[in-house]
Amino acid sequence: MQALTNRSKAVSRKPMSFMERLYLPSIVKGMAITFSHIFKKQPTIRYPEQTRQFSPVFRGLHVLNRDAEGRERCTACGLCAVACPAEAITMEAAERLPGEENLYREEKYAARYEINMLRCIFCGLCEEACPKDAIYLSETFAPSNFTRKGFIYGKKDLLIPDPATEPEAYAKARGGERTN
Amino acid sequence: MTLLTIDWLLFTEKLVLIAIIVFASLGIALYTTFAERKVAAILQDRPGPNRAGPFGLFQPFADGLKLIMKEEIIPNTANKGLFILGPGLAMTAALMTCAVIPWSSHVTLFNRNIDLQVADINIGILYVFGVVSMGVYGIMIGGWASNNKFSLMAALRGASQAISYELAMGLALIAVLMISGSLSLKTIVDQQMQPGRLWNIAYQPLGFLIFFICAMAECNRTPFDLPEAENELNFGYHQEYSSMKLGFYLFSEYVNMIMSSAVMACLFFGGFDIPFLDEKTLAPNLAAVLGVAALLTKIVIFIFVFMWIRWTIPRFRYDQLMNLGWKKLIPLALLNMLLTGAFILWKQG
Repeated sequence: MQALTNRSKAVSRKPMSFMERLYLPSIVKGMAITFSHIFKKQPTIRYPEQTRQFSPVFRGLHVLNRDAEGRERCTACGLCAVACPAEAITMEAAERLPGEENLYREEKYAARYEINMLRCIFCGLCEEACPKDAIYLSETFAPSNFTRKGFIYGKKDLLIPDPATEPEAYAKARGGERTN
Repeated sequence: MTLLTIDWLLFTEKLVLIAIIVFASLGIALYTTFAERKVAAILQDRPGPNRAGPFGLFQPFADGLKLIMKEEIIPNTANKGLFILGPGLAMTAALMTCAVIPWSSHVTLFNRNIDLQVADINIGILYVFGVVSMGVYGIMIGGWASNNKFSLMAALRGASQAISYELAMGLALIAVLMISGSLSLKTIVDQQMQPGRLWNIAYQPLGFLIFFICAMAECNRTPFDLPEAENELNFGYHQEYSSMKLGFYLFSEYVNMIMSSAVMACLFFGGFDIPFLDEKTLAPNLAAVLGVAALLTKIVIFIFVFMWIRWTIPRFRYDQLMNLGWKKLIPLALLNMLLTGAFILWKQG
């Protein structure tokens, strides 16, 4: 039969030589290999103290964005909820009242905005669907929790800090995110 | 008239010595479990346990506490008395060995010469062998009393392995005894300490190799850990054990390791002898302390080699184990014995 590739190797059926049957030289060789690993660098990242650098396209926890004046960008259009393949997003819209112009950018806003982090698959489709750049995925991932309820993130968990009043926290939450 | 006078000072002296040696061996065994994990980790490019205390140094205490706090389960179908006896026997047999090991020469305290050896009996090494083979009972009884197929199979394996390797071990030992002409461990060590005489390893390299392999098999260490082969026997002879009973089994394995390291150091590596140094030039107390340090260093090196081998070599198959023991090691040991005898006769002229 013709071989498909030239990479196949014939198995050696030769009986083992005396040195091979002695078994000790190969044990010594193996022990030399394990000993050399004492001096190898450990690839371990000691997690809580050290963290791994994520790539810029990492999709972590969601953040609800504000504009430069600190107004919420979300208009509760519901496109993210429609786009969501895991049906993790729920929202309730409300109308902006006179005098709330400094809080919400458009006439309509999300009174309630919840993401169930247990359902979410972190695909980032909500981010792509949003016409207002109101939601994006940050570089942190969902921390553990004791209850299922704890994984339903409301507006207060998701909203980015106000850049007008807390510029430092805002910058930290943005991280190395894209500018817009 | 006194028929029997008890030297109370000697009595207390020995009691204190026993207490120190037992607690020291337990302490070392405690940290050997930690060292095992650390060595495994370092050989596999991992950091190992490093959370409990600085560098994870309190890890053994955390492990011990965990084992004590766990629920104690005795299976319904187990033979209760024997089930409890098993781990106790394993531990006792492991600890009893340390009675005849000469930890160092003697110290002078309160105008008394105190030997740093619990009992210098003239059949010391035979005693070690006797006690070590008692350790098999711990495994056998534990495995049988569990009333579990896997435990029983593992216990049978452990027993047959121990018996097979004890033979080769004894034969390798006889060659050493032919050189030293004494069964007392103290005498064997003293002979190696004499100026102009090398350690026994120089006269008995093959004997040491056989003895070392057999010691590994006796301690149920990889590559001879067939009684605990997880992939074949789930967990081995201590499968049904939980809580501190399991801890005792695991612990006795480490104590065994320390004791066999100590015996090997005494038989082949000059015991508490410090190489290239004549102890007689030092003050006796200093020499004794340095001697303890030397013996401990040798033990630590042996333990490291045990672990190093464990994390290098995979487990033997059962037929390979028996082949090695009966068909390779015993003939080799016999040959070694013959050669040694012939050499001694030739030297005597």
